[in-house]
Amino acid sequence: MDLTLITWLIPVPPVLAFGLIVLFFNKWKRLSGSISILSMVASFVMAQIVFWQSVIEKGPELAKEPIHSAIPWLPTSLHPEEWLKMGVMVDPLTAVMLFFVSITCLCIFVYSAGYHNAGMPESKHNKKGEPPEVGTVEVMYSRFFAYISLFAAAMLTLVVADNLLLLFIGWEVMGLCSYLLIGFWFARTYPDPDKISPFKAAIKAFMTTRVGDVLMLLGIAYIYSQTGTLSFRELFEPKMLAQLAEHPSYIVGLSVAGLAGLLLFAGTVGKSAQFPLHVWLPDAMEGPTPVSAMIHAATMVSAGVYAVVRMFPLLHAGLGNGDYTAPMLAMGLIGAFTALFASVIAIAQNDIKRVLAYSTIAQLGYMIAALGVGAWVAAAFHLVTHAFFKALLFLGSGSVIHGVEHGHHHAEHVAHGHGEPFDANDMMNMGGLRTKMPVTFWTFLIGGLALSGFPLVTAGFWSKDAILGGAFEKSMEGNWLGTFVFLMLAVSALLTAFYTARQISLTFLGKPRTDAAAHASENVWTMTAPLVALAIFAIGAGWTGIEHTFPVLGELLPNWFHSFVGATVEEVVKLPVAAEFNPVPLVTSLVVALGGLALGFWLYAWRKPLETGEPDPLSGSVIYKWMQNRFYFDELYNAVLIQPTLWLARWTYTFIDKTVIDGFLHGVARSAYRIGEAFRVFDRAVINGGADALAQTIKELGMGFREVQTGRVQNYMLLALLMMIIIFVLFEIPLPALR
Amino acid sequence: MTTLQVMFFFFSLITVAGGLYTVIARNLFHAALGLIVSLAGVAALYALLEASFLAAAQVAIYIGAIAILIIFAVMLTRGVTGKNPVKDWWTYTVTAIVCLLLLVVLLTTLFRFDWPQTTQAAVPADSIARLGKSLVDPSLYVLPFEVASVLLMAALIGSAYIARDKK
Amino acid sequence: MVPLSWYLIVAAILFCVGVFGVLARRNAVAILMGIELMLNAVNINLVAFWRYLEPDKMAGQAFAAFVFIVAAAETAVGLALIISVYRNRETVDVENVDLLKW
Repeated sequence: MDLTLITWLIPVPPVLAFGLIVLFFNKWKRLSGSISILSMVASFVMAQIVFWQSVIEKGPELAKEPIHSAIPWLPTSLHPEEWLKMGVMVDPLTAVMLFFVSITCLCIFVYSAGYHNAGMPESKHNKKGEPPEVGTVEVMYSRFFAYISLFAAAMLTLVVADNLLLLFIGWEVMGLCSYLLIGFWFARTYPDPDKISPFKAAIKAFMTTRVGDVLMLLGIAYIYSQTGTLSFRELFEPKMLAQLAEHPSYIVGLSVAGLAGLLLFAGTVGKSAQFPLHVWLPDAMEGPTPVSAMIHAATMVSAGVYAVVRMFPLLHAGLGNGDYTAPMLAMGLIGAFTALFASVIAIAQNDIKRVLAYSTIAQLGYMIAALGVGAWVAAAFHLVTHAFFKALLFLGSGSVIHGVEHGHHHAEHVAHGHGEPFDANDMMNMGGLRTKMPVTFWTFLIGGLALSGFPLVTAGFWSKDAILGGAFEKSMEGNWLGTFVFLMLAVSALLTAFYTARQISLTFLGKPRTDAAAHASENVWTMTAPLVALAIFAIGAGWTGIEHTFPVLGELLPNWFHSFVGATVEEVVKLPVAAEFNPVPLVTSLVVALGGLALGFWLYAWRKPLETGEPDPLSGSVIYKWMQNRFYFDELYNAVLIQPTLWLARWTYTFIDKTVIDGFLHGVARSAYRIGEAFRVFDRAVINGGADALAQTIKELGMGFREVQTGRVQNYMLLALLMMIIIFVLFEIPLPALR
Repeated sequence: MTTLQVMFFFFSLITVAGGLYTVIARNLFHAALGLIVSLAGVAALYALLEASFLAAAQVAIYIGAIAILIIFAVMLTRGVTGKNPVKDWWTYTVTAIVCLLLLVVLLTTLFRFDWPQTTQAAVPADSIARLGKSLVDPSLYVLPFEVASVLLMAALIGSAYIARDKK
Repeated sequence: MVPLSWYLIVAAILFCVGVFGVLARRNAVAILMGIELMLNAVNINLVAFWRYLEPDKMAGQAFAAFVFIVAAAETAVGLALIISVYRNRETVDVENVDLLKW
């Protein structure tokens, strides 16, 4: 089996599906959906083949001899061998990425069919660009599937890329697709001015990630200019890395590797919504829920972390015996801060999806902080497990929203009431859904526990523990960054567990607080089956990466993840591996996880479940208000960055464009017109006049000459006589000699 | 000034004056009479030039036939108003000038040549007989003579035809 | 003696008078009278030349006789024409015969 060929083919089916739907099959909804899902199945199968083959046949050796194939692509010199090459590479990290990306994408594709009410009747009231009426199929169904096919194709491209340029291409296409998908319901507007419309949210997402993307592109260009290559294999040769680390970049005392690393990290800050570029991700919840799951769990934000995970040897270069390199310092600080910051905000959010959005930001912060302290394997591990349980949580929230909307529809029918705006996302409108939507409840619970790091049975526990362990190791070595990260992440984990418990309590426990919740019902199998599939992974994925120093279980199950994936960077990165078991990180993570969960459940469920109309027990203080308004960062950016830019644009328009340029052009046009008019006068008087005068003269001459024809013979004879005399005179004058 | 010259002046004066009166007279009948006077003057000149037959023929033919004919025509074609309008004075003047010019031209041409001042030879005594003979001599002018008679015949028939009453 | 040139001068003057009559008269008959004058002028010329240059040849007189004949014929025909025109048009004013006018 030619794995190289299969690897090349992995991103192809979704791209084909995109093309086919866009060009030909846009009208037929079921056909488009089926093509899209089938293409994803094809990619899934191929990805799984590659993964299992590489695991079984090669194992950790894959790191030394990855599946690799490249073609010379960009003619940057005269010799084809030196051209910039594009190609695919599968090393252990890629294989694992392929594994979870393909599974989560497939689950999301299948879920989307159910979410958009495939098979339900169409409705004439549905307008293009607005969400459909409850119980009717989405109007732009085919378009949606085209977009997510493209999205999946871009992600797969990014994953199998063997060089920075191809990675960046996938990166940018995903940025485009996120814009298209967040603004999928482009005509939707809200009466509440504080609620951002999907259209604006899409632009916000695009613009914010753009900031990061530009810096990343600078980094790529910088690397290329310094090394002449963008291929990972060539960049990560130890000699190359050493050279890059030693070369000064003449900026702020950074080495080339440091500056390039920082620039590349900036791209991740944008794409993975780290502080300060985090503002787009919560508002990206305006897109349909499968999109949120796709973007914020399975693919896009993971791509951001994948990029720095992949580039870690470069970021790590020059570490030597020091505590950290500049990029690692940046990552550690930003990641840890973001984790805490986002968790605090999440506590005060009422929108079910926004809680998950901030949770995603926090978890990404975890991964980046882990990289900051050098816990590479832990970061990669958390990336994988997070994808599973976060996708599960998002899809579950979508299921909840869908069910509550159904319930609202029914309730309105029963009560014959209409028109009042009802926010199906608001957790305050839910409650008691445990009995109404059991499958959703149990899978959501599993996901939530995994997110909190419930010990032993959830994947989240293992990966979080690994991160905390790595941070603790570093702090034990005297690295202050390690200590900082450890403390911040621990507090953040506590808050994570707390708000997760809050979310579960408000949504599922207690009694329904509105009629809508009371009438909610479970969803169709295409929506619940993926939930179940992901739940399995949310539980089991963690058991592949148990630290071997863990008591009891560590001996039983080998740390396959570490040996397989860790082999990718073993040569160049010193991975923190505990020599012996240290109970501090484990105890810390147990305490924060269980404690947070207990606190949350107690406050929101066991003490007294929330009744209809009751406000959140925590609300009322000023700090809560700040948390609920996300510390007013959006407003700050708007005032400082966006309004001035808009003002500048408007000024440029009115002054430079309208007054100066248009004025100049109008002036030119006017003077040309005047010159034309002047010429016209000349034309009329001289040329016309001359021609007319000529014609007139000739006419008058003719009329004059005409008078000769009097018709009277005597006149003719007179003239003849006269002529004769004249001729005679003329002839006779020179003839006197005749005498 | 010999007698001959005086007679010459007298008769040429009559001729020219008659001619002028012919072309100037408003009344056509008066013009016809002026013509007759002019023709008579010409006959006198012929006589001075010792062409006696021609003088007689002139009187007989021109005055006796043609002038009478012209008077007949004048009578027959009287205008209703009886007036004989003339051309406008402008045409008159121009025409007069042109005719004067013509005269000038003719005279200048005339004076280029050396004409004999007197008659050189005498007219033979039997000039009339000779004239008669020459008109019927086959080697002289019998042909033009016969043709002339045919011409007269044609003119006779033609004018009779043209001027007949068309009823 | 009378020089030849005098006769020629008289003939020239008579001829010009005749031309004036032809060109300046409105009545057709008057024009014919002018033509008669011209013919007579020519005849004077002819006879004068005969007398002064070749008096023993009869050519001059014969020619003059022929001129008589032709003049008579032509006058007759012309007048017949004039009468015919008068009958048709009620006028002999040549100013009215301008059908070839522009």
